[in-house]
Amino acid sequence: MATIRFTQNIQRHVPCPTREAEGSDLRTVLDHYFRENERARGYVLDEQGKIRQHMVVFIDGEMALDREKLSDRVQPGSVIDVIQSLSGG
Amino acid sequence: MSDRCYISTRKGLFTVTRGKSRWTIKKAAFVGDNVTVMMADPRNGELLATLNHGHFGVKMQRSRNGGRTWKESTTPQYPPMPEGYVPKPVPFFDKPLDWSLKLVWSIVPGGADQPGVVWCGTRPGGLFKSEDNGDSWELVRSLWDDPMRELWGPNGAEWPGIHSICVDPRDSSHITIGISSGGVWITRDGGKTWKVTGGGLRSDYVPEGQTQDPNTQDVHCLTQCAADPEKFWIQHHNGIFKSTDGAASWSEIKDVKPAVFGFPVAVHPKDPNTAWFVPSTKDEKRCPTDGCVVVNRTRDGGQTFETLRKGLPQKYAYDLVYRHALDVDETGDRLVFGSTTGSVWISEDGGDSWKEVSSNLPPVYAVNFAK
Repeated sequence: MATIRFTQNIQRHVPCPTREAEGSDLRTVLDHYFRENERARGYVLDEQGKIRQHMVVFIDGEMALDREKLSDRVQPGSVIDVIQSLSGG
Repeated sequence: MSDRCYISTRKGLFTVTRGKSRWTIKKAAFVGDNVTVMMADPRNGELLATLNHGHFGVKMQRSRNGGRTWKESTTPQYPPMPEGYVPKPVPFFDKPLDWSLKLVWSIVPGGADQPGVVWCGTRPGGLFKSEDNGDSWELVRSLWDDPMRELWGPNGAEWPGIHSICVDPRDSSHITIGISSGGVWITRDGGKTWKVTGGGLRSDYVPEGQTQDPNTQDVHCLTQCAADPEKFWIQHHNGIFKSTDGAASWSEIKDVKPAVFGFPVAVHPKDPNTAWFVPSTKDEKRCPTDGCVVVNRTRDGGQTFETLRKGLPQKYAYDLVYRHALDVDETGDRLVFGSTTGSVWISEDGGDSWKEVSSNLPPVYAVNFAK
């Protein structure tokens, strides 16, 4: 199970508590998380399932690189941080 | 006569109401958030506000109690791209068009005989329709799938967008839309089929031979006279145009001082020959000529213009007024406009004189009278 943590700034729009979710790649893990919190999906991903332009995701401190397919590998025990990019101003 | 208006700004939505003798800000909602445009539906009193959260995308909020409380509602979504489809690069901008909502640029109620119908124009160029007051949205595929849509150009932003939607008061299935930069399109069957129109519109900034291409015209704002719906006005990137034949053809109005450039236009709801513009020096400067904020008004269909200044700053003022930041109420007497430097002015005499409501608001994107 990976642990998913969200930026504090998203919480005033949609509560996103830290949770654990299963999966060996980022897409699967996030899908599991959003299945329990569907409204949060659109705050992180666009309607094509890509990471929003001004959001970034880190897996164990490394920035996820595949922003379209979300194929970056996730290990059991990984910590995933979903945060804002400074580019969004 | 409207006693209330809504000011959508970079940092919130503000409600302005008229007291016994003056207009004041009464309420602020979404403080800190970017409210790009809103709709006050005269059919049911509902308010629908569109917020662009930047990082978190575009969202909609609805109020069913006049703005006392708000609840997030459904946002239009672009459908998945068809298998194997590769979008063309946007002209003048060598990047394939992204099928995702970048901005809600217009949101207007359908006709009085179509309760629940709401139209929504967006960047990157999709028109959405709701039949349930915005609970759900559907992309109007007939327009989106038209190959000519892929030729629409960008504007101040990277993506083309639909910013003006005029529902004909005689026939709710007859809709005319303005696109930047995609000209003027018309449906007469509620959106099943569309046709580009706009003969006479002219862009002087494209290569020779393309200046009159109706499908790439940079319409800044399109408006239709409620009492005489054959009459339209356009504030275009290139100047001012009017149509007297239902947007089929356009005539250019030149040599308007201090400038023909600008973004908004409002037409008198009862008199198609009366229209208001807020000029700016064209076009890379985009600020009031000589630092004077003015409103231009014609009362004779564009033959002559009066430059209205009373109550507006006439020295070192650099307010730009965006396309949705000028509105006229249903009487034609009351007007409101707001600027990028956070000023809002209201007139109660058709623009002859203006009173400042505030000069401290965030940049103003849109103003709406409650009608």
